[in-house]
Amino acid sequence: MTPPTDRTPKDKDRRYWLDDPRNVSKVFWTLCLICLLLFAADALYDKKVHFAFEAWFGFFGIFGFVACVGLVLAAKELRRVLKRDEDYYDR
Amino acid sequence: MIGSIPPGLVLVLGALVAPVLPGRLRNLYLLALPVLGLAGLIGLEHGIYGAFEVFGYQLAVVRVDKLSLLFGYIFHIAALLSVVYALHVTDRVQAVAGMVYVGSAIGAVFAGDLITLFVYWEGTAVASVFLIWARRTERAYSAGMRYLIIQVASGVLLLAGAILHVAETGSLTFDRMGLDGLAGTLIFLAFGIKCAFPLLHNWLQDAYPEATVTGTVFLSAFTTKLAVYALARGFAGTEMLIWIGATMTAFPIFYAVIENDLRRVLAYSLNNQLGFMVVGIGIGTELSLNGTAAHAFSHILYKALLFMSMGAVLLRTGTIKGSDLGGLYKSMPWTTGFCIVGAASISAFPLFSGFISKSLILTAAAEGHYTVTWLVLLFASAGVFHHSGIKIPYFAFFAHDSGIRCKEAPINMLVAMGITAFLCIAIGVWPDPLYALLPYPVDFAPYTTTHVITQLQLLLFSALAFAVLMRTGIYPPELRSVNLDFDWSYRRLLPAAAGFVMAYGRPTRERLIATAERRIERFIARLYRHHGPQGPLARTWQTGSTALWVAFLLGIYLILYYV
Repeated sequence: MTPPTDRTPKDKDRRYWLDDPRNVSKVFWTLCLICLLLFAADALYDKKVHFAFEAWFGFFGIFGFVACVGLVLAAKELRRVLKRDEDYYDR
Repeated sequence: MIGSIPPGLVLVLGALVAPVLPGRLRNLYLLALPVLGLAGLIGLEHGIYGAFEVFGYQLAVVRVDKLSLLFGYIFHIAALLSVVYALHVTDRVQAVAGMVYVGSAIGAVFAGDLITLFVYWEGTAVASVFLIWARRTERAYSAGMRYLIIQVASGVLLLAGAILHVAETGSLTFDRMGLDGLAGTLIFLAFGIKCAFPLLHNWLQDAYPEATVTGTVFLSAFTTKLAVYALARGFAGTEMLIWIGATMTAFPIFYAVIENDLRRVLAYSLNNQLGFMVVGIGIGTELSLNGTAAHAFSHILYKALLFMSMGAVLLRTGTIKGSDLGGLYKSMPWTTGFCIVGAASISAFPLFSGFISKSLILTAAAEGHYTVTWLVLLFASAGVFHHSGIKIPYFAFFAHDSGIRCKEAPINMLVAMGITAFLCIAIGVWPDPLYALLPYPVDFAPYTTTHVITQLQLLLFSALAFAVLMRTGIYPPELRSVNLDFDWSYRRLLPAAAGFVMAYGRPTRERLIATAERRIERFIARLYRHHGPQGPLARTWQTGSTALWVAFLLGIYLILYYV
């Protein structure tokens, strides 16, 4: 038995639902499922659009996904050029 | 107006009394000031108040119409929320500076002429810098200095433009002016600096994250939205603004993705949100201008909320670097929740405030057939969700557990965040009261099937992209770093160039100085010759010879008179 003084505070030990990687996976797959349903939803209603390309099936979903992947990959490349040490301006 | 004190001045004058009041009473007093100011606006008739004439020019200290009232309301509300958020602060400098700053911003949106606008414009600059300096670090001092120089420069441009405007038109009235002529261009630039146009933007990302925890919340609301108001008043329908605005929505988000300081991430996304408003001003239709006004209103609230939540994290953990944070939802569940509400609002999720305001601007762009602009705005909408909606809450409160265990935010901060979060949701669920305040009649239904579903598709697929990139390890990790932005040009390039000139120009400089010294010596020698003790011009003359000279001159005068 450990002496009481060595014990970490109660909330430090507490396991949260998200601490379990399996639950994080559950969140991820739920998100995938929602996306799938939203993608399919395009078949169920009459889309009111201003531009012809908006009416393409799943346009907004695909656009959002591609835009974000593109954004992150581009920003990652940008980092090669722009990144400096934290104290760059303090030196 | 309260009695005959113009809106805004109530807060400016009121602030001057604040420092002499003891703690509790001061807090109560600071809470009362914006409430009083707001009460003064209610039921105010449209029109010009406090008009007077100086040197034949008509000044109008207060102009009340729907546009100025809308900004007046939201500025008062933001002031009140910021004061609640800052109630635990005992620093009198911040109390006074914050209130003078807010008062100046309110005064400026009610200014009916360019000179009054200029006075308040500079007031916001000078008062707000103290919210940065109050951090009392070396970094904050230099960042504040750079901020002040740029802000005052904006004011100087405004004054120069105003003087030229009077010369051109004979009027000082602040109304739609357009870009033709030097006066309009100078004023446009002055507004553009404060609105953080591309390449004029960097003071914002430089200074705001260096301000105090509570100071940044104040700062986020007023300066840039004052500029949005001024642009909407003076330059509505200026086509160049569409391109400027579209650029503003897009380029800061790349920086936001790789920035480590989470308050700086928010500053970049603030810049991006301003872009939406600027596009609305550029399009210049009733729908788009309504969109700009509505978006400014909801933006002030959710941006303040996001800065509040990050401020609480900074206060409790002592850091705001994404690389050092994570897992804070365990210690700060309420702050986490409020942050998520702010994140959902800025991302324009249905039922949150951003949804009902940003869609006005996007619809206006679509109706005007600005295809490229619309696509850029759509890209920026996905991007803002990516960096503000997900990155901010994710890296602060979730991600890997940093092991930091701290207390929840102080109660006054939680109350301020709670009220702000409530307003974000209330506006999203029930947009009609806000729509009623907009400058033009609103004929717009945000909650259509198409709009809700397409927006959800855009956002959730963006979230999916984030999740996939995270799980595959492609997402760039948060790293302790700074990223070069335009401020590099005046923090590194210019000083380096000056150093170069100093080093290589030394021989020339020394020659110039030597020549100048020689000339001065010669000049002094000449002066000594004529005026020195022996100089002819320093001699004392005898009375007799003086009288002779006078008689001689009179004689010549007489002769000339008769000739």
